[in-house]
Amino acid sequence: MHITLNGHPHDCGQGSTVSQLLLAAGYAGRRVAVEVNHEIVPRSQHDGHALHEGDQVEIVHAIGGG
Amino acid sequence: MNIKTIDSTDSLVIAGKSYGSRLLTGTGKYKDLDETRRASLAAGAQIVTAAIRRVNLGQDPNAPNLLDALPPHEFTLLPNTAGCYNAVDAVRTCKLARELLDGHQLVKLEVLGDERTLFPDVVETLKAAEQLVADGFEVMVYTSDDPILARKLEQIGCVAVMPLAAPIGSGQGIQNKYNLMEIIENAKVPVIVDAGVGTASDAAIAMELGCDGVLMNTAIAGAKDPVLMAHAMKLAVEAGRAAFRAGRIPRKRFASASSPIDGTIG
Repeated sequence: MHITLNGHPHDCGQGSTVSQLLLAAGYAGRRVAVEVNHEIVPRSQHDGHALHEGDQVEIVHAIGGG
Repeated sequence: MNIKTIDSTDSLVIAGKSYGSRLLTGTGKYKDLDETRRASLAAGAQIVTAAIRRVNLGQDPNAPNLLDALPPHEFTLLPNTAGCYNAVDAVRTCKLARELLDGHQLVKLEVLGDERTLFPDVVETLKAAEQLVADGFEVMVYTSDDPILARKLEQIGCVAVMPLAAPIGSGQGIQNKYNLMEIIENAKVPVIVDAGVGTASDAAIAMELGCDGVLMNTAIAGAKDPVLMAHAMKLAVEAGRAAFRAGRIPRKRFASASSPIDGTIG
């Protein structure tokens, strides 16, 4: 299944959830926030939120800035 | 009278929360996270800004990050919308920040107009501020030094108005005293100078004008010794605040002797 992850094409398994995507990317349990198609997916819903073909996913974190 | 008692009654209140420190610091441009932390501590900052960015996929996800160096239980994180050039992106960024920080509502809104000046796009800023306030955010807003605009942002419900004193990162110092004074006199929410400070005396001048606080990043992070400059800025903000509260003497054209005239010999 093809999605766009942080602006780049990305392949993941059919029906993958947000949690599975985070695990595969190495961010399981890390302090990140996730948005799918411009909508926040709260941490409590990562397990249950299934991704779909063409989804635009953003994984963000906090970095230094002024 | 005890100085400590005086100071403890003079806190900065933002969205109902009191802060003893009036120096807010940015966390960008440091050599590493250790220096970021040491400078933040030397500044005595209680509120520190953070940027929200995409994670770098493919890099070590377990590398230390900003929230490890400046944990939310120790500092009030102020996520910003730096790099946003329209209201839509700014609002999205704030929502991501709120999710990232477990429902945290305090944000620094900045919507930039162009890369050359980094001046705010005030039309987009107003739009974003309205949406964010309606959505329950506590918005500290980076704005131009226009007193009318500052008033509108306050009316919308922003919890602090943060005019620039000079362009971001320019280190030009306080270039707009009269506009800042006008904003300060009219505001009922804290006025925090955000951007333009170059060295300690600039921070002191901002505070002497009556600003409630100063937010800076480059002036500290870009100094040869950032930790020492952070310390200097802490002292400057405290000195400027004390001088403002003490009430300076009026400027006069001519001299006024400090010693009594009566009883001189000869």
